[in-house]
Amino acid sequence: MTTDKLDAPVTPRASWTSRIDVPVATAFGCIILLLLIGSLYSPNFLSPEYLLQQLKVGAFLGVIATGMMLVILLGQIDLSVPWAVTLGAMMASAAAAYGPMGEVFAIPFGVLCGVLMGLVNGIGVAYLRIPSMIITLAVNAVAQGLMVAYTGGFAPQDSASPTMRYLAAGTVLGIPNAVIVWAITGALAVFLLGRTTFGRAIYGIGNKEAAAYLSGVPTQRVVMITFALCGGLAAFGGVLLAGYAGKAAQSMGDAYLLPAIAAVVLGGTSILGGRGNYLGTIAGVILITLLQSILSVMQIAEFGRQIIYGGVIIVMLLLYGREKSGR
Amino acid sequence: MDEAVPLFRMEGISKRYGGVHALDKADLVVRSGKVHAILGENGAGKSTLIKIMAGVVAPDEGRMLLDGQPVSFADPAAATAAGIVCIFQELSLIPDLSVADNIVISNPPTRFGMIDRKAQQAIAMEALERAGGADIHPMELVKNLPLSRRQIVEIAKALARKPRVLILDEATSALTAADVKTVFGVLKRLRSEGIALLYISHRMHEIAELADDCTVFRNGRKVATYAAGSKTDDEVVELMIGREYNSVFPAKTDTVDRTTTPVLEARNLSWMQRLNGVSLSARAGEVVGLGGLDGQGQRELLLALFGVLRGVSGEVLIDGVQRVINGPRTAKAPDIGMALIPEDRKTEGLMLPMSVRDNLSFAAMSQISRGGIVDRRAESAAIDRMIKLLAIKAASPSAPVGSLSGGNQQKVVIAKWLLVGPRIILLNDPTRGIDVGTKQEIYALLRQLAAEGAAIILYSTDYDELIGCCDRVLVLYDGAVKRELVGPDITEHALIASALNIDVREAVA
Amino acid sequence: MNGLRYSFAEQRGMLLALAIFILMFALYVTNHPAGFTPNVVQTAANKGVLLALVAMAQTFVVLTAGIDLSVGMIFILANCLASYVLVGTPVNVALGVGGVLLTGLACGALNGLLVIYGRLQPIVITIATGAVFFGIALWIRPYPGSADGFSSDLADALTGKVFGIIPASLLFLIVLVLLVWIPFRRSVIGRAVYAVGSSEPAAYMSGVPVKRAKFTAYVLSGLFAAMGGLFMTFFTYSGEASLANGNTYTLSSIAAVVLGGVSLFGGRGSAIGAIFGALAFRAIGDLLFVFDFDPLWQPLFQGVVLLLAVSLGSARLFQVRNRLDLFT
Repeated sequence: MTTDKLDAPVTPRASWTSRIDVPVATAFGCIILLLLIGSLYSPNFLSPEYLLQQLKVGAFLGVIATGMMLVILLGQIDLSVPWAVTLGAMMASAAAAYGPMGEVFAIPFGVLCGVLMGLVNGIGVAYLRIPSMIITLAVNAVAQGLMVAYTGGFAPQDSASPTMRYLAAGTVLGIPNAVIVWAITGALAVFLLGRTTFGRAIYGIGNKEAAAYLSGVPTQRVVMITFALCGGLAAFGGVLLAGYAGKAAQSMGDAYLLPAIAAVVLGGTSILGGRGNYLGTIAGVILITLLQSILSVMQIAEFGRQIIYGGVIIVMLLLYGREKSGR
Repeated sequence: MDEAVPLFRMEGISKRYGGVHALDKADLVVRSGKVHAILGENGAGKSTLIKIMAGVVAPDEGRMLLDGQPVSFADPAAATAAGIVCIFQELSLIPDLSVADNIVISNPPTRFGMIDRKAQQAIAMEALERAGGADIHPMELVKNLPLSRRQIVEIAKALARKPRVLILDEATSALTAADVKTVFGVLKRLRSEGIALLYISHRMHEIAELADDCTVFRNGRKVATYAAGSKTDDEVVELMIGREYNSVFPAKTDTVDRTTTPVLEARNLSWMQRLNGVSLSARAGEVVGLGGLDGQGQRELLLALFGVLRGVSGEVLIDGVQRVINGPRTAKAPDIGMALIPEDRKTEGLMLPMSVRDNLSFAAMSQISRGGIVDRRAESAAIDRMIKLLAIKAASPSAPVGSLSGGNQQKVVIAKWLLVGPRIILLNDPTRGIDVGTKQEIYALLRQLAAEGAAIILYSTDYDELIGCCDRVLVLYDGAVKRELVGPDITEHALIASALNIDVREAVA
Repeated sequence: MNGLRYSFAEQRGMLLALAIFILMFALYVTNHPAGFTPNVVQTAANKGVLLALVAMAQTFVVLTAGIDLSVGMIFILANCLASYVLVGTPVNVALGVGGVLLTGLACGALNGLLVIYGRLQPIVITIATGAVFFGIALWIRPYPGSADGFSSDLADALTGKVFGIIPASLLFLIVLVLLVWIPFRRSVIGRAVYAVGSSEPAAYMSGVPVKRAKFTAYVLSGLFAAMGGLFMTFFTYSGEASLANGNTYTLSSIAAVVLGGVSLFGGRGSAIGAIFGALAFRAIGDLLFVFDFDPLWQPLFQGVVLLLAVSLGSARLFQVRNRLDLFT
């Protein structure tokens, strides 16, 4: 039975510049399809302004999904993203309220809080060997509890610092800063995954942690740091969202968990870990963003969006997210 | 007994995995009231044969006849229903259920739709009694039982299914001598009750004691069927290996300077009753073999040296200096320079879906990166060098390593460690399930590495390999070194005698 | 005598949860301003039973070594649906109850089919189906409330007291345990569920109906989650499609299951343990209330308790002597 893996179709990890694999191509195909469907409603759908606007909206999800992708590549999952986003937003806004020094440190402080939260997840998963979905759910609950206690249950009153607003809502040469931020984040992720020993270790652990360990990779440390990165990126996404909206809100992160996982998985990253590339995640993020946009243009109510989201994701998963048989 | 229609018959059964023929047009005839032994090397196709009989895998071609009627099994449950029951090498017991639950698992007794616990208890007790495990409490959880007791439960579970054909795959490998005796008594009684027994074992004396018929498999083909006792052991071994072994080994060039400090020395290593005070040393240029029956602590010894096991007592000295090795990361650092070719290349050695390239460079990251950034040029150069050196046959370096043949996969595992430039190389049965051509290349490579100054520790389940490759062999028994054989003293007879620890056992008895 | 020892070992997780619950509840009632009165017990029981039902739902799936992150959403969907259909004559109400339970059953069946035949990871697929279930709930009930002519007779009966002392909800729970859980536990399919959770390959090798066992677990999970939603409606007389509530119930169900001694790796534990886990988790949350803490601290406190509960399982790591075993 050990040889049956030979029969299973194995997709090699493609170097993202040299090869595009089927799921990524499918995701891009779906994007074009969505744009065509949208253009039936309004010709604006194919205009550069609209597309740039979508990229801007998608940038927040893009940053958050980047961290989620790293964790999923490990074969783990981070369900604490919702409150890591909110935590980042609230803490950055809170720091911004402490005068000029606070404004300078607002963004680093928000991100740092997310990193710490991710670190707790990482220690739980890597060293205590608690299943990631459980520990991240628990940490999510703790973060929620902390924030509820901190804000007294009311909407937070602090508002975003000017830098946060500029990063999220400003433009440079007509290009939204949020898009630039996402592009930089993405470029760093591509570099990390493709060119560094750390990235190689992530793929190795996602494929077979035992083999990676026996090869002398400090697997536990890599897992822990990856979770910290994910927490930090989620919090950074929250910082940007707070900048975009002007301030943080209690449940602002809830809307990002499913889309982040969906974007990564729809982009062809295996939920079992070890396989996937960032180009796919970009496609997944754009796909989700367009889907949301079209659903709102079609004036479909929130309930319909939820159902269509869930439905589309289930169908896509069935198309190419299945476990190999005979495992 | 109707000899014309045997109880069970397989005709022209073939099974391929990828490009490899695991079974090639195999035939087998099983008669009731007989013990039929299956012999063959590892990878000869025995396991595949059994899995097909037991409904675990489906054959690609051929047919099976039960009482002369064609049958096919969709899953193990179907085979069980037809009276073909298998005791697998990897245990099929469910750890969190009780002994009784496990024994009746496929067909629990029910009353009003509920499981009848009293009846279940009774069935379990009876089956345990028949299997020689009357001392096992039916309510004990399986996970709390030691391995040898689990094996008894496994046999009891098989008996409770009222088998017509009972397949035992290395069923005695985990048993103590006393347990083996009990089990043999059970098996002989079953034979007299008219059950057909299919017995797979590497232990020749067990087969001599038990078998009525023997069939030898080699490379997925049936080689011969003969009545037990009609061939000498030598003839049987010849059938199993099918060739002269001696020629495949390179000449030993004993250039070891015995006066130097050993590169690796271990003193009195002990770990959880699996290692009981093992001491060994290996000098540069030396190939040291580990022998003995499977499961006498060889695997644990290699893992202990590599720092994988926790709570190992004893000392490890590198170049005469005591070192604490607490993991592969420490072990592979240049000042120690240790490499381990692990037992299971598919789960411990390689990431099968990843490319040959990524697998090759995985352990040697520190050699081909600077500041955590991979130097791609250095990486490709190193990979090309290794692919050439070991003649790894792959469609391209970016092909997934899982698409390679077993032999080439094993070459990748070895190559990935050679890239690190190790001084001490530990190998855990590196040629298992590999074609003879690749084996030959690996033997030559080991010699070459030794000649270049590496200290090599080789564990092998294949005696010929130990004889052909090693300068010294340490024979392990029950987690301790029972005997050291040097140079010309390494003979099959000496290896087997010390592996069975015959002298000691006779003294105890 | 020997048999007793094994029976005790089997129940250890459950007994531990029971002990924690008794301790917490004793602390709760002794510090409660009203003391140990039927009304205090009734309120506590009603709140506890809600979570106990969802925890039982989670137990079925966790026993197969899976996880159901949609239980909270099935709960919410059932709650919203019930707030519409529990109207009119007793016959209508009965039909409504049947409809709600069938809906839960269908939700569970969908999860089960996707996990078994879609060969999808339970964690991802139940997040996605959870979104669908929540969407439907929101569709049914965009704003909190209940239908005109909501019939509260059944609701009052099941959330009230029997003979003036015993909370009816608790009796209902006991009946469920006797009529559903215990037969399940002792049935062939129940054993198959445990076997699959403990070791799926071994179960397959032993001829256990793996697919049927998993499917049954998911269907029962949907059914029990729907019962929880129904009870929520009995309790509040209304339905609310609240995402936060759904998530809280999913999370609490996992906490309850862990506290109740059900192994997240599958194959070990019982729904009775999960019930005590749920009651204990509720009692812990309510403790803050009787000790006059700001209710704002409740989510944090429950989160910390959950974090500690899941960390307890790592004690086994100290026994791992072969580091390779850490990765399996």
